[in-house]
Amino acid sequence: MHQLTLAEIARGLADKSFSSEELTGALLSRIKQLDPQLNSFITVTQAQALDQARAADARRASGETGALLGAPIAHKDLFCTNGVRTSCGSKMLDSFTAPYDATVVAKLAEAGMVTLGKTNMDEFAMGSANESSHYGAVKNPWNLEHVPGGSSGGSAAAVAARLLPATTGTDTGGSIRQPAAFTNLTGLKPTYGRVSRWGMIAYASSLDQGGPLARTAEDCALLLQGMAGFDAKDSTSVDEPVPDFSANLNASLQGLRIGLPKEYFGAGLDPRIADLVQASVKELEKLGAVVKEISLPNMQHAIPAYYVIAPAEASSNLSRFDGVRFGHRCEDPKDLTDLYKRSRGEGFGAEVQRRIMVGTYALSAGYYDAYYVKAQQIRRLIKNDFMAAFADVDVILGPTTPNPAWKLGAKSSDPVAAYLEDVYTITANLAGLPGLSMPAGFVDGLPVGVQLLAPYFQEGRLLNIAHRYQQVTDWHTRAPNGF
Amino acid sequence: MQWEVVIGLEIHTQLATQSKIFSGSATTFGSEPNTQASLVDLGMPGVLPVLNQEAVRMACMFGLAIDAEIGPRNVFARKNYFYPDLPKGYQISQMDLPIVGKGHLDIALEDGTIKRIGVTRAHLEEDAGKSLHEDFNGATGIDLNRAGTPLLEIVSEPDMRSAKEAVAYVKAIHALVRYLGICDGNMAEGSLRCDCNVSIRPKGQTEFGTRCEIKNVNSFRFIERAINSEIQRQIDLIEDGGKVVQETRLYDPNKDETRSMRSKEEANDYRYFPDPDLLPVVIEPGFLDSVRAALPELPPQKVERFQSQYGLSAYDANVLASSREQADYFEQVVKIGGDAKLAANWVMVELGSLLNKLGVEIDQSPVSAEYLGGMLLRIRDNTISGKIAKTVFEAMAAGEGDADSIIESRGLKQVTDTGAIDKMLDEMLAANAEQVEQYRAADEAKRGKMFGFFVGQAMKASKGKANPGQVNQLLKAKLEG
Amino acid sequence: MALQRSDVEKIAHLARLGLNEGELPRFTDALNSILGLVDQMQAVDTSGIEPLAHPLEATQRLRPDQVTESNQRDRYQAVAPSTENGLYLVPKVID
Repeated sequence: MHQLTLAEIARGLADKSFSSEELTGALLSRIKQLDPQLNSFITVTQAQALDQARAADARRASGETGALLGAPIAHKDLFCTNGVRTSCGSKMLDSFTAPYDATVVAKLAEAGMVTLGKTNMDEFAMGSANESSHYGAVKNPWNLEHVPGGSSGGSAAAVAARLLPATTGTDTGGSIRQPAAFTNLTGLKPTYGRVSRWGMIAYASSLDQGGPLARTAEDCALLLQGMAGFDAKDSTSVDEPVPDFSANLNASLQGLRIGLPKEYFGAGLDPRIADLVQASVKELEKLGAVVKEISLPNMQHAIPAYYVIAPAEASSNLSRFDGVRFGHRCEDPKDLTDLYKRSRGEGFGAEVQRRIMVGTYALSAGYYDAYYVKAQQIRRLIKNDFMAAFADVDVILGPTTPNPAWKLGAKSSDPVAAYLEDVYTITANLAGLPGLSMPAGFVDGLPVGVQLLAPYFQEGRLLNIAHRYQQVTDWHTRAPNGF
Repeated sequence: MQWEVVIGLEIHTQLATQSKIFSGSATTFGSEPNTQASLVDLGMPGVLPVLNQEAVRMACMFGLAIDAEIGPRNVFARKNYFYPDLPKGYQISQMDLPIVGKGHLDIALEDGTIKRIGVTRAHLEEDAGKSLHEDFNGATGIDLNRAGTPLLEIVSEPDMRSAKEAVAYVKAIHALVRYLGICDGNMAEGSLRCDCNVSIRPKGQTEFGTRCEIKNVNSFRFIERAINSEIQRQIDLIEDGGKVVQETRLYDPNKDETRSMRSKEEANDYRYFPDPDLLPVVIEPGFLDSVRAALPELPPQKVERFQSQYGLSAYDANVLASSREQADYFEQVVKIGGDAKLAANWVMVELGSLLNKLGVEIDQSPVSAEYLGGMLLRIRDNTISGKIAKTVFEAMAAGEGDADSIIESRGLKQVTDTGAIDKMLDEMLAANAEQVEQYRAADEAKRGKMFGFFVGQAMKASKGKANPGQVNQLLKAKLEG
Repeated sequence: MALQRSDVEKIAHLARLGLNEGELPRFTDALNSILGLVDQMQAVDTSGIEPLAHPLEATQRLRPDQVTESNQRDRYQAVAPSTENGLYLVPKVID
C-alpha cells in the first residue's frame, strides 16, 4: 500500500478498496519499521492519526467525497499543529506544544487529511543538508551516507522512502526544490503569497513559502489544491483566485517556449547533471516545446543578496525566542541579560546563531545601506531579469542544483560551501516566482532534478509540464533500494 | 548668564479602537493580566500582523486636523530591541515614511497671545506591555494586555520655550484628540503619555544645547514640574562648570527631581528595517476625502464661532472650547436658557468649581445641561434672583430635582409684589430708625456704603426672595423721602 | 574589513546571544567568510535602483476594527517557562 501515490490513494479510498484507517495503520507501522534508519520524523502522532483516519472514514461513509479525504500527510515541523510539539528542529522549541494550527494544517485537516506526524528539518529552516537539526541529521534513502538536502529534508526523505505519499515543506532559498532533487521527488514552491504563512514559523518572511513534496506532479497538484488560497490572517497572502491545478495537467506542450539561461550552465555545474538536463529538454521538445537560450545576468549576485536579506529578516524574526513566554529558558538566570543570552545561546544551534549574527550586523547602524538596502536593490535587478526573460519565454528550465547530494558532514565545516549549492534555486525566492523541481535521472546512483520556473501564479503551467514529462519518462517512479 | 529653554515633546496617544492595531484582541483597560493577550500579542511562533483600518483612519483624522500632509504610501518598520514587555523582540513602528507628516497646532498663552507649534510627524506604532515590579520572590511580572494597543506618537518641533508653553501644547493636543474622538485622553490610565526633550542654551545662541529626555510623564502638573526641575538641574550643572550628558531620565514626583534611567544607559542600535510581514499602506485620495468630510468642528473654529455667534470674549470662548464635552454642554445650556453670557458664567464659574470640588469631568456632572439651562430661564424671567439661583444650583447638585421643582418645594420664588416689598421695607426701616437718621444726615460719599446696609437688611428680612431691583428702587425712594 | 573578536562580541550582545568563549575564534572566522561572500555585492552597480522589499509589490490590506479574540490565557501560558498569578515572570527589571 505504501507504493501508492496520492492520486491512487484517492481512487482507492473512493472505490473502497481500503479504508483510511487501514492505510494509516500500514503507513504508521512502516514509519516505525524504517524511519530509524532515516530520522525523517521528529514526532509521529500515532494515536491522533488513527483517530483522524476513523473520522475521515466516517465522513466518507456519510457521503462526503474529496481527493484528500482520508489521505495521509506529514508536516514539516515548522507548521504549528495544535496540541502537538512544533520544534522547528531546534532545542529552543523542543518543549513547545503549539496552541494553534497553521492555516495550511487547518486547511488540510478540513479537507480530511490524516496527519501522521511532523518531519525533521534544518533548525529554523536554515540549511540545505538537514544536518543542523537538533534532532540529528536526516539520511538520504538513496544512499544513507548522503544528505537528503534541506531544509525540508525530513519531508523529502520520508516521501522518497515511501513512508507516505506526500508531505508539506517550505522553501526560502530552495528548501523544497533542492531536497526534492536530491531524493527523486517532485517539489513545488508556489508564488510568494499563494500559500498562507499563518502558523508557519518564520525564517525569512519575504522569502518563505510553503508547498508540496510528492513523487509526481499530479500529486503535487492535489496537495497544492488543499494548501493554497487567500488567508486574511496573513497580510502578504494574495487574494488571487485559486485555479483547479489538476484540470490542465494533460494540456498540450505544443509551442511551449522554454528558456535556458546560459548562466545556469556555466562553471560549477557537474557536467553529468548538465547532460541530464539537456536530455530532459529533448524530451520536452519531443512533446512540442521550443527552446531558446536566454540570459539572467544578475543571477550570480543572488547568493550574496540572499545571505543579507534572509539573515536580516531572521535575526529579527527569531528575537521572540527569549525564554519568557515559550521555548527554552536557561537555568537560574541571574538577571535579564543573562536570561536572554543563555537561553538563546543554549537554545539555538551554530548555523542559526551564525545567521542571527550576520543579520544583526547587516542591519546595524552604519551598515544598513551597504548591506540591506544594497541587497534589496539587487533583488529588484534579479526580478527585472526574470520579467525581461518572461517577455520571450513561457518558462525557464535548468538544473535544480549544481551537484548531487553530498556526503553527510562534507560541507558542515564550511558554511559558505553549502550556501553556494543554492545558486539555482535562490533567485525564485528573491523574485517570488513559482518553481518546481522534477526527477531527471541519476548520477552515481543519486537523483538529479530539473527546475522549472514560471511567471507569477502559473503553478498550473509548471505542474502541466512536469506531468506531461512524467508521462513519457520513468525517473520519478524509481524507488531507492530497501524502500 | 541668561538661559533660553528649548523643549520638544513626544506624545503617545492610545487610539480609541475596539481592537488592537495588529490583532483582534480587545483594548479595554484594567482587565486581569494577560487575558487580552492573543497569539499575535504574545508574539507566538508563526503569527502574523494584520493592520486595523480604524487605527489608520484615526491617524488620518489627526493629520488633517493639524493641517499635515498624509503619507500617501507609508511603511511599517521593525524597531529591534530586547525587553520583557516587548514580546517579539521588536516593536512595529514607522520610521522613514510615517503616516502623518509636518503639521502645526496653535496654542493660547496666558498673556492672550497665540503661538504656533510645529508638529514634525506623527506615526502609528504598537504599545508595549507592562512590567509589574511587585515582588514575586525577586522577579518581575509581565502583563501583555496593553501590548499591541495602537499608539499615535506625535512628535513636536523643539518650539516651546517654557514649561508653561509645553503644558499648553499638551493640553491642546489632549483637547484635539478628544475632539476627534480618537483617544480618551485618560492620562491616569496612560492613554496619553508624554516624553519631554529639554535643553538649555545661552540666550541668543542658535545651536541647541545637549538635551535630556524625560520619559513617560503622565499628568499636566507633572509635565510642568518635571520640565522645570530638569531646567534647573541643567542650569545648575552648567553654571557649576559641568556638562549636560544626553540621556533618558525619569521624573520622581515625590522628590520633585529627575534621575537617570539605568535601563536606558547603554546606547541602543534599533536596527530599523521595513517589516516584511506587512506591506506598504496606501492612503487613497477618496478615503482621505471621506475622513475629511467626517471631521468634527475643531477647537480653533469653535473658539471663533463662540465669539461671533454668542458674543463671548476670546478668553471665555477658549476656556469653553477647551474640551468638546464642555463646549457641547455649554451650547446645550444656551439652547435652553437662552442667554449665552449668563450660560458661559455659570458653566465656567459655578459648574467649574462644583466639578473641581467633586473631582469629576463634565460628562459626569451631577447637574445636567438641561437642568442648568432650565434654571437660567428662571433667572431670566425673574422667578429667582442670581443669589437664590446658587441655592437652587446646590440643590440640583445634591440631586433634589430640576430648578422648577426645587423653587416650588423650597418656596424660593422671588417676591415681586410691590405692596409686599413696600410693607416689608417699612417694617425694616422702622426697626432701624437710628440708621435712617444717620443716613439722612450723611453726605453723598458716605451714603453709598450705608445704602448697602439697608439692602442687606431688606434681603435678610425677605430671606433673599425679594426682587433685588425692586428693593433697590423702593428703598432709594423711601430713604430720600 | 574583517570583523574582530570585539566586533563579534558587540554584535552578539545586540542579538543577546551568549556565545561560547572557546568557540569565538571559529565563530569569527565563519562570520568573516560569510561576509566575504556577501561583500561581492559591492561590485554591483545599483545606483538609481529602487530597493525591492516584497516580490509582488502589493499593498497592505486593512482589517475591520472588531474584537475577535477571547481570553485563552491558561492555554497560552501552558507553554510558558515561568508564570505566577497570570503574569509571565522574568528576573527583576530595573528602570
